[in-house]
Amino acid sequence: MDSRSFLVLSAVLFAIGVSTVLLRRGAIVILMGVELMLNAANLAFITFARQYQTPEAQIYVFFVMTLAAAEAAVGLAIVIALFRLRGTTDVDEISVMKW
Amino acid sequence: MQIAAFYVLAVLAVSSAIVVLTHRNEVICALALAFNLAAIAGFYFLLGAQFIGFMQIIVYAGAIMVLIVFVIMLLNLGEESYPERGGSIQRWLAPGLSLAFAAVLAVVLWRSGEGDLSAPNVEFGTVGALGRELFTRYFYPFEVISLLLVAAMIGAVLLAKRKL
Repeated sequence: MDSRSFLVLSAVLFAIGVSTVLLRRGAIVILMGVELMLNAANLAFITFARQYQTPEAQIYVFFVMTLAAAEAAVGLAIVIALFRLRGTTDVDEISVMKW
Repeated sequence: MQIAAFYVLAVLAVSSAIVVLTHRNEVICALALAFNLAAIAGFYFLLGAQFIGFMQIIVYAGAIMVLIVFVIMLLNLGEESYPERGGSIQRWLAPGLSLAFAAVLAVVLWRSGEGDLSAPNVEFGTVGALGRELFTRYFYPFEVISLLLVAAMIGAVLLAKRKL
């Protein structure tokens, strides 16, 4: 197996996640884009862990997963609160903080 | 065999990510994201990181996906409204820039990769090896991350409960 194919795949997935965050307007889909990016980074981490045969990168992936769970919980709670406030999850409509 | 599995999973992962990017229905996006996460768990198994692979399935494809689908159902969202208004510069610039970004990232990562992966150690990716590291060298980060989870849980409950 070639580690470079895994790394290139993770770059592609990361770019798709970036485009999702930049192009979509639904707040939940934007959160999904963030998840895509986190997963692409995790894939690169695991590939390097295998390449250098170390457990450290896997520990970091473990932490990133915990972080992603926390991020999803808080992010979705914010989406629910915003939906209550404005009746939409369209991020273009939500300009409360815009002065 | 492994090469074939890699290409099948790669096609599955990239196509489901593109569905997340393009589909208008958020439930379909969530389903595609679940496929993507499962495919990435497959990559972890291919690389020999069993524990992380199972964590991926349990935490991502299980817990986080349930949370996302639950919120979509709770808010009863329809499809995103047509037509897209404004922001046209972003609409045209974003795909090009993220393609360029992917190219740069791929080149840099390609240089730091190596052609043939050696066979994994016997201990690579097992619960034992990771657990030993987690409870010795990474003991304090481990405790801090549990604090983070508690904080996130309290924050989520407060945010979702209170009327803003």
